[in-house]
Formats: sequence, C-alpha cells, structure tokens
Amino acid sequence: MSHDTLPRPRPAKTEERPTPPPPQRRRKHWTKRGNPVSGLGSVIWLAIVVVPIYAMLSASLTSQDKALTGNPLNPPTSPTLDNYNTVLNSGFGHLLSNTAIVAVAVVAIVLGLSVPIAYVAVRTRNRWSGLAFRLFLLGVAIPAQAVVVPLYLLIAKLNLYDSLLAVILPTAAFAMPVSVLVLVGTLRDVSEDLYEAMALDGASPQRMLFQLAIPLAKGGISTVVIFAALQAWNGFLFPLIFTQSDGPRVLTLGLFNYVSQFGVNIPALLASVVLSGIPIFAVYLVARRALVGGLMGVGGK
Amino acid sequence: MPGVLFFAFFAVVPMGLAFYLSFTSWDGLGDPRPVGLDNWRKLIDDDRMVQSLWLTVLLTAASWVFQTVIALLLGVWAAGRQRNRAVLSAIFFVPFLLSSTAIALLFYALLDPNFGIIRENILGSSSGAFLAIVFIGGWQFIPFHTLIYQGGARQIPEVLYQAAAIDGAGRYRQFFSITLPQLRHTVTTSTVLLVVGSLTYFETVLILTKGGPGTDTAILPYLMYEAGFKSYDFGYASAIASFLVVAATGLSLILVRLTGFGSMRSTREGM
Repeated sequence: MSHDTLPRPRPAKTEERPTPPPPQRRRKHWTKRGNPVSGLGSVIWLAIVVVPIYAMLSASLTSQDKALTGNPLNPPTSPTLDNYNTVLNSGFGHLLSNTAIVAVAVVAIVLGLSVPIAYVAVRTRNRWSGLAFRLFLLGVAIPAQAVVVPLYLLIAKLNLYDSLLAVILPTAAFAMPVSVLVLVGTLRDVSEDLYEAMALDGASPQRMLFQLAIPLAKGGISTVVIFAALQAWNGFLFPLIFTQSDGPRVLTLGLFNYVSQFGVNIPALLASVVLSGIPIFAVYLVARRALVGGLMGVGGK
Repeated sequence: MPGVLFFAFFAVVPMGLAFYLSFTSWDGLGDPRPVGLDNWRKLIDDDRMVQSLWLTVLLTAASWVFQTVIALLLGVWAAGRQRNRAVLSAIFFVPFLLSSTAIALLFYALLDPNFGIIRENILGSSSGAFLAIVFIGGWQFIPFHTLIYQGGARQIPEVLYQAAAIDGAGRYRQFFSITLPQLRHTVTTSTVLLVVGSLTYFETVLILTKGGPGTDTAILPYLMYEAGFKSYDFGYASAIASFLVVAATGLSLILVRLTGFGSMRSTREGM
C-alpha cells in the first residue's frame, strides 16, 4: 500500500455493487452520526495536546522575573528572545552537531544492515533466515533498560566509553528490529512475478535488490529512515550511561544538564526544549506523509 | 550476515551477559566476581523491589487503560476522511516527535509549584506524582497508538458497515460489533508495544521525580539504574534487569497468546 494514497479517498471497490445506499454516502452518514460525541472528544484532546505546547512557547518568550509572577497561560506581554540567546550561548551548537552526527550514523548503519536482512528474509526460505527473522521479532520486546549494564561492560572493554560511537552502535542495534519488520512488510508486497521476470533476463540477486526491491520499497525505507533518526535524536539512556564528558554530549543529555545549570530559570529551560524540537519538527513538516503513512500503512492488510 | 551479528552483539549477547552478571558482584571497575545466588536472594528479600514491582504493574495497567481507550477512539475517529481530521491528526502527532527528556522537562516546568499552570505541589504527593507520570506517558505515546488504530480502522472493509446498516445496526452497535472485533489484532500490537514501552518510563521518572516522593515512583528500571549507576552494585542491577527481561518477554508472549494470535507476526501486521 502506497502511503501517497492514504489521505485521499480510497477507490471504492464496491462501486459495481448496486446495493443502496452507495458506498460514499454510507461512510459519510456513518461518520456524521458519530460527530457530536467523537467531535467533542477530539476537541478536548486537541486542548490537552496544544495547551502545554502553547504554554511552553509563551513562557520561553517571557523574561524570568515576569514568568514567576504571571501565569504561563497568559500571552507574554513583552516577548523577548533573551532566553534563546542564553541557551544558544551555552554550547547548544555543539550539542546539536553531536546529535546530528549520531542521527546520520545511526540511519546509515540501520539502513545498510536492515535492507539486506529484510531482503534475504523475504527471498530465501531456509532455517537460518527464519531463525534470524525470529531473533528480530524477539528484539522488539527487549527493553533497552534491561541490557544497559552488560552493554556498559562491553563498551568499556571495547574502549569506546565516553565517545560518540558508544552512543551510535547500541542505538543502531536497538533500531534494527522494528526496521527489519517494517522492511519485510514492504518487501513482501513486491510481486514474485517481477523477480521471476528479472531472473529470466539474467539479473543477479544484487541487481534485483538494487534495481527492483529497493525502488519499490521506497515507502518502507523512508519510514525506517525517519524512525531511526527519531530514535537517535531523542535517545537518552545510552548517552546518559555511556558518556560523561562534554565532548560527546548530545542534545537530550544537554537538556537534562540544563536543569541544574539554569536552576530556576525555567523560561531558559523551556527555550532549550523548544530549540531541541525544532529540527525534528522541520523534518516532520517535510516528511509527514512518509512518516505517518509508513507507520500506518506498512503490512496493513 | 553481518547485520544479524551486529544486532546479536549489541542486543542479544548483552541479554545473556546480564543474566551472567546477576550471579556476580561487580562495581564497574576490575572484573566481575561470581557470588552465586546472592543477588537473587537479595532481590527476593528487598522491600523496595516488592514496592517497585507493584508500582510498575500499576503504572503499566493505568497507562494501558488511559492510552488504549483514548487512542482507540481517536484512531477510529481519525480514520474518517474529512479535511479537519487530517489537520487535527497532524497536530495530535506533535508530542510524539519530542524526546521523552524534552517532554519530562516541559512538564517539570508546567508542574512547578512556583511557576506552573497548577500552583500546587503535585509531584510532592505520591498519588499526584504517579498520575502525572501516567498522564505524561499518555501525552507522549497516545499519538503513536492513535496512528496504529487509524491504520487498523482504515483496513476494515466498508461492506461490513453497509451490511450492518441494512440490518438496522446503529452507530454504537456498529462500533462494538464490527469496529472493535475487527481491530483485535491491532489492539494486540498496540498493547504489546505499550506494555514493553511503559516498562521503560525511565526518563520521565528520572527527571520529574527521581523516584520520589520517597520511593513512591521508583519503578523497576529506575531501581535498576540506582542500584547500578548510583550505588555501583552492577551485580544486583543485573538481577533486576534479568527480571525485567523475563517479565517483559513473558508478558508479551502471554498477551499474544491470550488474544488468540499464535505468533508475534501480529506485531508486523498491525503496524
């Protein structure tokens, strides 16, 4: 299922069915009657989502002394960017570039490894590929918390402690199970006939992977990219435990440290939260279709 | 396949290693020293562990009810196709983009008694802190589960609703007789992800309450973090971690079985 088609009405398969009332009307009718209750519910949820975000934005634009006397729900009377200046002057760029490095590296590793794995899992049927696939299914249920102590041992023994690699490698490993599942879901949809046609033309397995499977699995791949990037960008546990100095510090850990650094300067703290969310929000605006459609549509049949 | 090895090295091997370390005493320096069942004995006798386990179960159950009910209703609602739904769904998704750290900090500020929206010391009372964590978890993850349900609801054949309408079934009847049963695999998927996920509400606890007041929000992962990376008792931390792995995997398997879906394959099909 291609994500591009999601928001548009799906072609009515039931069109040739003469049953009254016609499909289009029927759906409308069905949702219309639900409107009072579910419409109200969705508006309430909208408030729950928007109010904290609004309070955060408004407070981050308020000077510290005003913030303590006013209510964060009031719009700022004299908006100021001072808080953002404070944050940007306290090494925020360094945190940002570290996080970007981690995200790019994680995406590269995850993609480089899980595309071939998914391809093999779909195309070959022997004991080993089945076993490997099951291993990844199991992986979905492993909480990262549960393995940080032994990982700490491994990282220390590999001499990686307090480096960006110490964050990148485990993060990538934990992003793999979901990526493989998503990709297997998409690659399964590629018709067997297409492979056979290519095989008849004398194409090698590599060629089939690069010229057939990957182009057709674009939706799944973009989902995996965004999902892995999101995980890398937002990861907290691995940086917390595997790094300690300023050098390899990433954004989430930086935010955590701001609590003590800014103390009661809550507006500055909130400004740093806003800043940390901007890059990922920008990606979301550009790639919303791919992200949402991918998460929703993959294997959805 | 190097990919499988890579994953095994960083995820599966550590799991076995965690189990091994739970039979040792290790302070993070030098080498682990075998101590047999000491850590496990300590685990069984530890009052904090009992409290923590109970708290974790309670938190998971409360999160499940809160998130599943809202996500299911929102998801089914969002599966419709009017324009405002698309816009609202896009807004609903925003919390999921923020990191747990950022969200914990946001609510740390908003719940601050001197600064926040509600000028009461919510995090200072144990039920308040507990409910705050349930709420914040929901705020963050309901968007994701909504999306899963939205996807599931779109897959339900239109024909079923037409047939039900002809039989004179009303809107609520349709919801309970068609939508819910058709979404049962989606519920399984979402529940497994949710249960495993809520075992890891670690950032929120660390930032918001540090396990407090007292030890009233010290869920298992937090207890493990304290034992390991604060008290440097890595053997004991590994025992807690092993327990966590067994509980999480066991729970997922039970859930999958109970809901009549013989294999974990549902995880893929629901997504």
